[in-house]
Amino acid sequence: MAYSKELLDHYENPKNVGSMDKESEEVGTGLVGAPACGDVMKLQIKVNKKGVIEDAKFKTFGCGSAIASSSLITEWVKGKNLDEAHSIKNTEIANHLALPPVKIHCSILAEDAIKAAIEDYKKKNRKNR
Amino acid sequence: MNKMKNIYFDYQATTPVDPRVLKKMMPYFAEIYGNPHSRNHSFGWEAEEGVEIARERVAQIIGANPKEIIFTSGATESNNLALKGVSEFYGDKKNHIITCVTEHKCVLESCRHLSGRGFDVTYLPVQSDGLINLEELKNAITDKTLIVSIMGVHNEIGVIQPLEEIGKICRSRDIFFHTDCAQAVGKIKLDVDKMNIDLMSISGHKIYAPKGVGALYIRRKPRVRISSMISGGGQERGMRSGTLSPALCVGLGEACHIYLNEMDKENKILQKFKKMMLDGIRKACPDVYLNGSEKSRVPGNLNLSFAYVEGESLMMGIKNLAVSSGSACTSASLEPSYVLKALGVEEELAHTSLRIGFGRFTTENEVRYATKTIINEVLRLRELSPLWEMAQEGVDISKIKWAHH
Repeated sequence: MAYSKELLDHYENPKNVGSMDKESEEVGTGLVGAPACGDVMKLQIKVNKKGVIEDAKFKTFGCGSAIASSSLITEWVKGKNLDEAHSIKNTEIANHLALPPVKIHCSILAEDAIKAAIEDYKKKNRKNR
Repeated sequence: MNKMKNIYFDYQATTPVDPRVLKKMMPYFAEIYGNPHSRNHSFGWEAEEGVEIARERVAQIIGANPKEIIFTSGATESNNLALKGVSEFYGDKKNHIITCVTEHKCVLESCRHLSGRGFDVTYLPVQSDGLINLEELKNAITDKTLIVSIMGVHNEIGVIQPLEEIGKICRSRDIFFHTDCAQAVGKIKLDVDKMNIDLMSISGHKIYAPKGVGALYIRRKPRVRISSMISGGGQERGMRSGTLSPALCVGLGEACHIYLNEMDKENKILQKFKKMMLDGIRKACPDVYLNGSEKSRVPGNLNLSFAYVEGESLMMGIKNLAVSSGSACTSASLEPSYVLKALGVEEELAHTSLRIGFGRFTTENEVRYATKTIINEVLRLRELSPLWEMAQEGVDISKIKWAHH
């Protein structure tokens, strides 16, 4: 399969690999996918008092497209507020990386992951109020 | 390090033509170009002579008589002809076929074709080491069983089935034994009499002969009859019409002849390479699993699951190594390998598998380089893997409720 330069770059030099303390109140964690399906994405965001995403980290088990999709979305969400991050569409990721049709699900997974992370952050902070 | 040229590690997919084979073939294109079936002139006779010597050589490596060998276009055709040909000929007397779930698609599809035409097919399961259970074979046999088809060496996992034992069981119950030996010829010692094999499929391009040629062994004593699939001039004793390609036949014959003298030597080298790579990887990476029996296995095949690292991403990382993957993501079907599934390899591990094949032209340097490259990439991708992280934290991944999509 021929992949775009963008995709290969994110695969070879992925941005924002790592983990944050999932117990921290500032951190929202999204874990989506399933090992049996061949991809699992863990995406974490650190949100400041103004509701802006200060930092994002990921770890992904999956094909090159899945790794690249998660790397890209962590880049994109940094500096955005939660609503802006929530509105990122998988098609934007797919277009940017020129994902082949059979790999579109990787971009959907990335969208799901950020939404799950935002949800987790909101849930935590609702409880604490 | 990324500058090293592409290296071939996919010898179970196909092999290059051995230069010695090619050399023997060359005269049969433009010089000895006669139709081997022309009986009336020297052009035909010369071509025929080449074909007949090749036939002897193919026969020799499996302990058969040359009259029991017919040339085909490859193992796919041979498997089709063996199963459909026998079934059509004897189908009104017996209509039960026994095969195995991990057989090559061309065997499984031929069986499926026959099951649509009044045949009952039993698909034996395999044990976790990839081998069939002989008791289950015995239990599956009925008075209606016509033929048992079990491959010699597996294309994906390299395991060697107990051909001699299977042959003994079949012979004692008067059942034909067909074996797909595309991956077995030249890799293990084959003897059609000792193993009671009635039909054997042989491939050219898995043994350093060209693509487009193969053979089918069909026993004469006691005689096995088959209905031909191709109608025509009655070549190959009426079992496979069509003008033979002397060049291709000569190539297959020469490839078999080379193995006659070099099999043991070659196996020893491949054994060494396999040990080098397997030991190297196991030492550097925990949680790597060998799929298929470690003992009953040809040395040129390693099928490994690298837990927590998805197969396609691993292949991308080692892109100058030509290997193949049991992962879904490399195929259009998005289903992981049916073979690994049959072994009971869990889906998540099947997604992490690579097949690495060594062969005649693999060098020690290449093996060393590949081992290092694979280790580095596995370690890198594990650092990226949330599953690896969880495993290190002691989380049982199988206990998590994953949302399947």
